[in-house]
Amino acid sequence: MHGPGDFELSRRGVLIGGAASVAATAAPVAEAAPEQAGSAGAGTPVMAKVGFKVNGKPHALELDTRTTLLDALREHLLLGGTKKGCDHGQCGACTVIVDGRRINSCLSLAVMHEGDSITTVEGLGTPEKLHPMQAAFVKHDGYQCGYCTPGQICSAVAVLDEIRAGIPSHVTGDIAGKPAMSADEIRERMSGNICRCGAYSNIIEAIGEVAARRKA
Amino acid sequence: MKAFSYERAHSPAEAAAIVGRTQGARFIAGGTNLLDLMKLQIETPTHLVDVNHLGLDKIEATPEGGLRIGALVRNTDLAADRRVRKDYALLSRALVAGASGQLRNKATTAGNLLQRTRCPYFYDTNQPCNKRKPGSGCAAIGGINRSLAVIGASDACIATHPSDMAVAMRTLDAVVETVRADGATRAIPIAEFHTLPGDTPNVENSLAAGELITAVTLPRPIGGTHIYHKVRDRASYAFALVSVGAILQKDGTGRVAFGGVAPRPWRIEAAEAALAQGAKAAAALAFAGAKPTEQNKFKLVLAERTLAAAIAEARA
Repeated sequence: MHGPGDFELSRRGVLIGGAASVAATAAPVAEAAPEQAGSAGAGTPVMAKVGFKVNGKPHALELDTRTTLLDALREHLLLGGTKKGCDHGQCGACTVIVDGRRINSCLSLAVMHEGDSITTVEGLGTPEKLHPMQAAFVKHDGYQCGYCTPGQICSAVAVLDEIRAGIPSHVTGDIAGKPAMSADEIRERMSGNICRCGAYSNIIEAIGEVAARRKA
Repeated sequence: MKAFSYERAHSPAEAAAIVGRTQGARFIAGGTNLLDLMKLQIETPTHLVDVNHLGLDKIEATPEGGLRIGALVRNTDLAADRRVRKDYALLSRALVAGASGQLRNKATTAGNLLQRTRCPYFYDTNQPCNKRKPGSGCAAIGGINRSLAVIGASDACIATHPSDMAVAMRTLDAVVETVRADGATRAIPIAEFHTLPGDTPNVENSLAAGELITAVTLPRPIGGTHIYHKVRDRASYAFALVSVGAILQKDGTGRVAFGGVAPRPWRIEAAEAALAQGAKAAAALAFAGAKPTEQNKFKLVLAERTLAAAIAEARA
């Protein structure tokens, strides 16, 4: 198990010094905590234990409470598939599936995921046996640089489940009815995943193919 | 992010009591707004009380024929609830017009009401902002203020409330139920929940320290055609420049509230009374006394036209 500071500080580690998990190793000496029940003194890192499953495998971690789920996955469990783009919930590169629902892992604290089951892009398929969505992205060239792709794929898998579950969207014509498995619905639901390379048309084709196949 | 300690509360009353007595403590629910602001050190809580596991995630029918929505019901679940889609379609429409699928899966009903403004000067810690740092001034007045308020603002702050859901809640006459730090409960009509900035734009609602929202109730359905029109710079995943939440009846009467134009959902009784006379008359009354800037005066025209589109859609 890797705790904060267990691995050598790399150039990348320095670059992402804003990440709590790395910053904690360089935190200043604790100042005296104010007299407050259970609250953190100024600048004093607080550690907490949390246990959750990632791609079916249970993990027990002790983390700085500031560690986001994204940083826990990337920096502590060394699952680099999930990407840090904006770190503010705007780009979707960090999308993972928690208990069946896609979320921005950058806007969620790891310690709040006690007992949860998390699926990252590494858990969807393997290089030898790709998930149908991964295979469709390859077939349709649904990326250019590939940085947003793990988030796009996790989001896309969840989007098809959401449409099947009847969850409405902004473009659903009859809000009380069942949403259609259409390109318009997919496009609207994928708007939380930004692609700077602009591979959107191929991404839609990839998702559309999986949607059509599973509908049949 | 500043360091903080973390605990899971065991009951709503306990959560309220802890936050009420602990300096620097805050509730955390979905976290999608709070964590974003903590990363920028705009919010710097020293203790977080997690209210996610208190059983506040249910939607129940009320004896009065309405719905009681738990504070922790996720935006996705509220928008997808069959009763909401059938009887309060305006609320479903407003919810799915906001944020992204990922955010709606986390964001909660109470958190949505409590989200902070998206004014760029509130977010930029190098700029003065009376909401972020009382007394420091307002960089938005005289700055780039195209997206900001045209009415209800003050010389201290021209920020808008960013929520779509709150516009629907205001139109539907929702009631916010809370528990206070001393264990007492109360019900706050949504009209009295969000406050105007005046000289204290850092105060945004009528909650006391440690007061926790436990539910939002909707009165019995009123029928009518439910419309939420949101006008924004992108077709999806953007905050409103102007939005209109309307419930229109066959005889032309109805209710309407505007989003994206004021520090709170903007609903004016006199404007509603004039709805049957058309969008021009109603918008003139809704925005009487507006003080737009050179950059955002377009919102007054846009609001009238968006209302006209809603009325036309209801008649069609």
